[in-house]
Amino acid sequence: MRKKAKFNWSIWLIFLFFIIVSFVMLLPLYYLILGSFRNSKDLFRFGMDLVIRPELMSLDNYKYILFGDGKIYLHWYKNSVLITFLFTISSLFFSAMVGYALGVYNFKGKNFVFVLVLFVMMIPLEILMLPLYRLTVRFKIINTYSGVILPFMVSPLAIFFFRQYASGLGKDFMAAGRIDGCTEFGLYFKIMVPLMKPAFGAMTILLAMQSWNSFVWPLIVLRTNQKFTLPIGLSSLMTPYGNNYDMLIAGAVLAIIPIVIVFLFNQRSFIAGLSAGGIKG
Amino acid sequence: MPKGSLGIKSFLYSQTVAPYIFILPFLLSFLIFFLYPTINTVYMSFHEVYGMGNMNFIGLSNYQRLFNQNFYDAIRTNTLYTFFLIIILIPLAILFATLLNIKYLRGRNFFKSVLFIPALTSIIVAGVAFRLLFGESEAAFMNSILIRLGFPAQRWAFSHSTGMLLMVSLATWKMVGIYMVYFISGLQAIPEELYESAEIDGANSISKFTRITLPLLKPIVIYALTIIIFDGYRMFGESYVFWNEGMPGNIGLTIVRYIYQQAFQRNDMGFGSAIGIVLLTIVLTINLIQLRFFGAFKKEE
Repeated sequence: MRKKAKFNWSIWLIFLFFIIVSFVMLLPLYYLILGSFRNSKDLFRFGMDLVIRPELMSLDNYKYILFGDGKIYLHWYKNSVLITFLFTISSLFFSAMVGYALGVYNFKGKNFVFVLVLFVMMIPLEILMLPLYRLTVRFKIINTYSGVILPFMVSPLAIFFFRQYASGLGKDFMAAGRIDGCTEFGLYFKIMVPLMKPAFGAMTILLAMQSWNSFVWPLIVLRTNQKFTLPIGLSSLMTPYGNNYDMLIAGAVLAIIPIVIVFLFNQRSFIAGLSAGGIKG
Repeated sequence: MPKGSLGIKSFLYSQTVAPYIFILPFLLSFLIFFLYPTINTVYMSFHEVYGMGNMNFIGLSNYQRLFNQNFYDAIRTNTLYTFFLIIILIPLAILFATLLNIKYLRGRNFFKSVLFIPALTSIIVAGVAFRLLFGESEAAFMNSILIRLGFPAQRWAFSHSTGMLLMVSLATWKMVGIYMVYFISGLQAIPEELYESAEIDGANSISKFTRITLPLLKPIVIYALTIIIFDGYRMFGESYVFWNEGMPGNIGLTIVRYIYQQAFQRNDMGFGSAIGIVLLTIVLTINLIQLRFFGAFKKEE
């Protein structure tokens, strides 16, 4: 009896510990949301405590970016949505193909190609910024969606993930498809792609998040305000004097809302997708 | 075999040709967006680059210019940042994972989600939140706590130590959930019987943790170390959100920011490339040493 009572006691302590941890983890987001309803000039000058004070709160910041002079924000939002959509679709299409071929076929040079994929994963892409920038200028895709999307469209991480997944699929399906007279490409699109659906789910989330939050490369390629994505646009508002904080804070809140909503409905595949890098060998 | 031996048809049915068609996107992307730029970086690092076209061979001059205080400051920032992330992030993630793996714990799925949510935010959004929390005014949240505890308010972004604190706490907040998930999947791979037989031998929770859990988590620890080092030395956003315009006394100057500054703000692509090559060398060397040191190259026993 005594032992059991002691046991529950420690579980309660752990529970309490995580309540405090949760509070700390949610605090920055709570602070951000609270700040988005406050007058930004006062906020910057006087700071803010954690208390909800309805008398100081208003929807002015949101009205400003949605209907007022801050309308450029909607441009950024549109750019982010389109780039994320186009990037995710094209990256899934091409990366899945490559991963599938590496997973199910035996062909000359297969191991060499796979080593190249791993090699690209191990190089910090920041060292390629400068030549890639010059390349986009030469190809005349600087300051365009294509300039943001094309260089990183074929994703080594997604190839790796699809390869692991495809190599675990039974070869019987392929044999059966061939007997039914499928071409190798019909086989892939009609039979194998549907079988890889869970892998597509996890990678959709990984790639879409990567694109939605991507920062360094778009910062270099996108040169004009009209073409900015959300992270680039918001970062352009981060001035030391806080004169744009009305747009910045409310804009930051609106930028995370779609992701949090999708996350709440697909937590399992989200966690699988975002930690996909962890599934090695 | 299908009827009709038209070229196109045998092509579509050929199991020898198909894989090469499938991997074509990778090969093209590799050649254009990886191999060519890599060679180009090496090439540019030995040249003085004027505008888009003209280059002038200057041997090792760009590399010689690396011996300067700014570059040392940048390396120092990245090294300290990486070091702090290693000693904070890994133990914290293991702690969270171990405790959240206790089956009797109520609400553990809720806690997992909460810990994971910061990973969804972009570095900019996270940065805005942290700039608010660590605002300079006395009423900003962190300062108000300091004052209540009897300390003076801080201008967080204006000293090296508090600047480092800003970047490390932002990165920890954002990433601890992902590392926790790595460790949870590692814990779930440990067979239950090991713990049961240890209990029969009279082991308590702490010795079970140090004798069974930790050794079996080693591969995940090595993986986490590799990723933290890789990300730590290429860090950019965590610094950019706090010092996007000026950096007093090089606070927050990192290697990639130094590349950005030299190449895009000073238009010195050759020098920027030389910094990039050094960055590459640092990351590969540290990771190789680290992998060898922890015996990851040994055959699995």
